[in-house]
Amino acid sequence: MNLDELYQEVILDHYKRPRGAGLREPYEGESHQVNPTCGDEITLRVHVEDGKVADVSYDNVGCSISKASASVMYELINGTTVNDALAKLAEFTELMNSKGQSEGDEDSLEDAVAFAGVSKYPMRVKCALLGWMAFKDALVRAEASIPGRTDA
Amino acid sequence: MEAASKLDVEAVRADFPILQRRIGDKTLAYLDSAATSQKPVQVVEAMRRFTEHSNANISRSVHTLGAEATVAYEGARARVAEFIGAGNPSEVVFTKNSTEAINLMAYAFQNAVFDPSADSRFKLGPGDEVVVTEMEHHANLIPWQQLCLRTGATLKWIGITDAGRLELENLNEVITERTKVISFVHVANLLGTVNPTSQITARAREVGALVGLDASQSVPHMPVDVTELGVDFIAFTGHKMLGPTGIGVLWAKADLLDAMPPFLTGGSMIETVSMERTTFAKAPAKFEAGTPPIAEAVGLAAAIDYLDKLGMENIRAHEKDLAAYMLEQLESVDGLEIIGPRVPIGRSATVSFTFADIHPHDVGQILDAEGIAVRVGHHCAKPTCERFGVNATTRASGYVYNTHEEIDRLVEALGQVRKVFG
Repeated sequence: MNLDELYQEVILDHYKRPRGAGLREPYEGESHQVNPTCGDEITLRVHVEDGKVADVSYDNVGCSISKASASVMYELINGTTVNDALAKLAEFTELMNSKGQSEGDEDSLEDAVAFAGVSKYPMRVKCALLGWMAFKDALVRAEASIPGRTDA
Repeated sequence: MEAASKLDVEAVRADFPILQRRIGDKTLAYLDSAATSQKPVQVVEAMRRFTEHSNANISRSVHTLGAEATVAYEGARARVAEFIGAGNPSEVVFTKNSTEAINLMAYAFQNAVFDPSADSRFKLGPGDEVVVTEMEHHANLIPWQQLCLRTGATLKWIGITDAGRLELENLNEVITERTKVISFVHVANLLGTVNPTSQITARAREVGALVGLDASQSVPHMPVDVTELGVDFIAFTGHKMLGPTGIGVLWAKADLLDAMPPFLTGGSMIETVSMERTTFAKAPAKFEAGTPPIAEAVGLAAAIDYLDKLGMENIRAHEKDLAAYMLEQLESVDGLEIIGPRVPIGRSATVSFTFADIHPHDVGQILDAEGIAVRVGHHCAKPTCERFGVNATTRASGYVYNTHEEIDRLVEALGQVRKVFG
């Protein structure tokens, strides 16, 4: 097993210095997700403004993979349009389900391609997706709470 | 090995081909037997022989194979009864695992709600109490918790001391005249605590409550005699005692099984059936609806033969030595904190710990890269984790085939973990 592939420097860096961590106001949607196999948890809030992800804030406990993944996600989607964020979500989910067969598109996924190695470890894929699942759920809740939004 | 242990561990290891496996370029060090044990060739061979030579459904066919299969299945039941000191093989009910065995008990109470003629020992409602402990595996918590939620009874529990032992000081306040049933863990799967039983069983008798044990982590590791223990029921599982998955055991006193309504219904558990109603077979058949795990029963009997040959007292001594060595070595690791008893007394060779601020998932991954298999997570004991203020732990657990050398490798590999995450 090649551990360097799993624990890439960029992952350890995000783990040790998570970007955008902490829960902030304002927000329209909040989601709490747990990984029942290991007890990892995340609470994540989404603030949507003018069709954009104006803020993603989160508080989590968990392993290096789940914490780093949330941090990378923050960098990737904070400030983008909701549609772009959803596209990144789809692309990252596909990468995680690739069972080690995909390297990921660095132009699009940036630091998140570091998680390509994780896709070889079925037990860890859930860790990498936990924050993204929280974002997806929080976004649904945010959209439900914003009247008049039709373009999602 | 120390002189105290009479196990020839090298000879034992030769019976487990999987221990020769390599993980990457490292030899496997399997320290996860509390999750599931490995199987010796004797168990695999017994199941293969049965499947190739005698496979048939039991208790219904008149042909030779059917008769052989029935004899093998019922022989396994008798073997289990003898192993745990049960008075009668018909007190042994085969289930899927411990979880199903405990649910079978809990559902006896729940189903009694709908039966006006049900035995009063199983009548449960508001004002009645059910007692467990804070150190239960979810398998011996959730069935009782849900039972209480559905019947209006109150769930109470015996707490845990800082040292990882049961809080027995206030036992008389937890177990009262209102208590109908107490179900507690014999050996805790996360903490490794071996719980003393006599004080709780004595108190149960005093208040007229039924009392049972989750013996999943005790029957594989030490002599367990249900008559000596003086309990009403115990549950354990085959795959943690060198046997196959898919088979577990509920042992309960005959008069209790007779009084209990069935759990699962269907084939093989009936006396007569009409379109309107059914009368049930006597125990144990009453609780074994459908085709049971037949080859698995054969495998379980072979596992018991294997354990008996080693000697349960010898196994206990070997694991006491492993526990002492594991505690001593792990305590020497800087930043490592044991969750559970720190002395090898009243303790199994299952040791949970936290390591600096490094998440157990990460610890387990690095250890795996070194060929060392441990369990990480909450070990299906979230309330225990909560009690000790941790989200998860890393857990190493030993059995008949484990050596000091494997523990040395574990300690050394923790240095590697430190390097990556330090």
